Amino acid sequence: MPKKILISGNEALAYGAIHAGCRFYAGYPITPQNELTAYMAKCMPEIGGIFIQAESELAAINMVFGAAATGARTMTSSSSPGMSLKQEGISYIAGAELPAVIVNVMRGGPGLGNIAPAQSDYFQATRSGGHGDYRCLVLAPSSVQEAYDFMQIAFGLADKYRNPVIILGDGMLGQMMEPIEVGSGKLKYSPPKDWALTGCKNRKPNVVKSFFLKEGALEEANLKLQKKYKIIQNKEERYEGDSLAGAETIIVAYGTMARIAKGVVHELRKKGKKIGLIRPITLWPFPRKVFQGITARKKRPVFLVIEMSYGQMLEDVKLSVEGRARVEFLGRSGGGIPTEEEIIKKIKSL
Amino acid sequence: MEKIFGHPKSLVDTKTHYCAGCGHGIAHRLVAEVVDELDIRERVIAVAPVGCAVVAYDYWDFDCSEAAHGRALAVATAIKRVRPQNIVFTYQGDGDLAAIGTNETIHAANRGENLTVVFINNAIYGMTGGQMAPTTLLGQKTATTPKGREASLQGFPLKISEMLAILPAVKYIERVSLHSPQEVLKAKKAIKQAFVNQIDNVGFSLVEILSPCPTYWGLSPRQALDWIRDVMLKEFPLGRIK
Repeated sequence: MPKKILISGNEALAYGAIHAGCRFYAGYPITPQNELTAYMAKCMPEIGGIFIQAESELAAINMVFGAAATGARTMTSSSSPGMSLKQEGISYIAGAELPAVIVNVMRGGPGLGNIAPAQSDYFQATRSGGHGDYRCLVLAPSSVQEAYDFMQIAFGLADKYRNPVIILGDGMLGQMMEPIEVGSGKLKYSPPKDWALTGCKNRKPNVVKSFFLKEGALEEANLKLQKKYKIIQNKEERYEGDSLAGAETIIVAYGTMARIAKGVVHELRKKGKKIGLIRPITLWPFPRKVFQGITARKKRPVFLVIEMSYGQMLEDVKLSVEGRARVEFLGRSGGGIPTEEEIIKKIKSL
Repeated sequence: MEKIFGHPKSLVDTKTHYCAGCGHGIAHRLVAEVVDELDIRERVIAVAPVGCAVVAYDYWDFDCSEAAHGRALAVATAIKRVRPQNIVFTYQGDGDLAAIGTNETIHAANRGENLTVVFINNAIYGMTGGQMAPTTLLGQKTATTPKGREASLQGFPLKISEMLAILPAVKYIERVSLHSPQEVLKAKKAIKQAFVNQIDNVGFSLVEILSPCPTYWGLSPRQALDWIRDVMLKEFPLGRIK
């Protein structure tokens, strides 16, 4: 029998990470994700893991770099302004091809913004927020259960592809409590890491680096990354489709926003409206194939993209639809969340 | 016949990219000799900086990690915490350790991380073309202080070793120099002590090495050594700081 517990989203992220084998965590205080850090501070020592309250977000992400270089499953977390600071380290982690998980419990921006939930770091997460041509896999949980479950997926993907994986949540998801089922904490996938720094006993020395000064060497390294990204794009798209067959209107929303949208879809379908929902679960790679399938139909639906930001995922939907269908948008940010009433009003106006 | 001097096993037998008269080659070799003498080559994990020594991993024959500019001690902290059985050291220049990475330096020291730090002070940014370092002397001309460093504009040479010495978790700090064969021997002894401290779980140990940069001091290699002895030592006196 799986264990059932009542837990907040932030704590579920920490719990899920520990169950996925995370044994090194470094973080710096920032609202609204502090429960995650506190959970790690309490639990890591109990299971023989390491918790460090870093002196800055820069130190935290570079500690994650170091822990990852030894082959440990490692994580840091933050919220929007702190994520901006972590971008340096994420770029290095991507360049050195290290596996790591980074959680962003998004709040309002730009600047110090506020501490209300938002989704306005979508571009930063999906477009490589730091310098250089790189990508992070991005997973967007929509419930506390998924906050727990996606950690197992995130650490698995990070190890499999030797790549940073971002969990993109928001303050609403982080703060709310829900009952969830938790597993045994057994690792599902952990490949051998012969590249890790462990001391060069009985082997040649290993070097972890992202620096390629020799002519042509960086281009070669970058092409290798691009090849990996192509494989990830082909194999790792994830989404949830709801009532898509015969839908004349399809809402596209992720994370917390998708939960509100789902309520609208179910209410309107009861009233006979042909409406469905696409909830991207991986924001990178963006689930393009489902859009390509739907827009290949004879009768194409209208897509309504709804975000707690001002048209960021909208660009990915447009890139996926490639002009074959109408794409409309509704978004609020800075603490505002589109309500069911606003969404229904928008749908009626389409 | 007994062989009493040879190429260190921990040093790759290759040409380096360093300028004529640069101190990095000597410092790299001293580290390699110490690692061999302590028989810890298979346990060592080095963290290389950003700066002239950025490709130190091409010259040392043991496990190495890069670190973003200034973040070597954050990277090393995590490596040592995850793998306490390994011997972890950082090799950092003055810009890396005492300007962009000051925060990481102070906090790793204050946590008392059981690490060894080899800190190269040559009072200049070499890699980027001779700009002012935090340790640049007053009056010293650099690319960004063309009239010489002025206290009223650029502040004073930063004595990070003396600053770190006041932290209770810091166990060993010594300043040495490479300006003469005698001083090189003393430098090696200090580096060895900093590694032995880690092996013995003593705690945070740092060796500051005054190192010549003839290219950006605008001196010949010989003059650069004399400049350390006659000028630099007045600002950065040698010896055990803690």
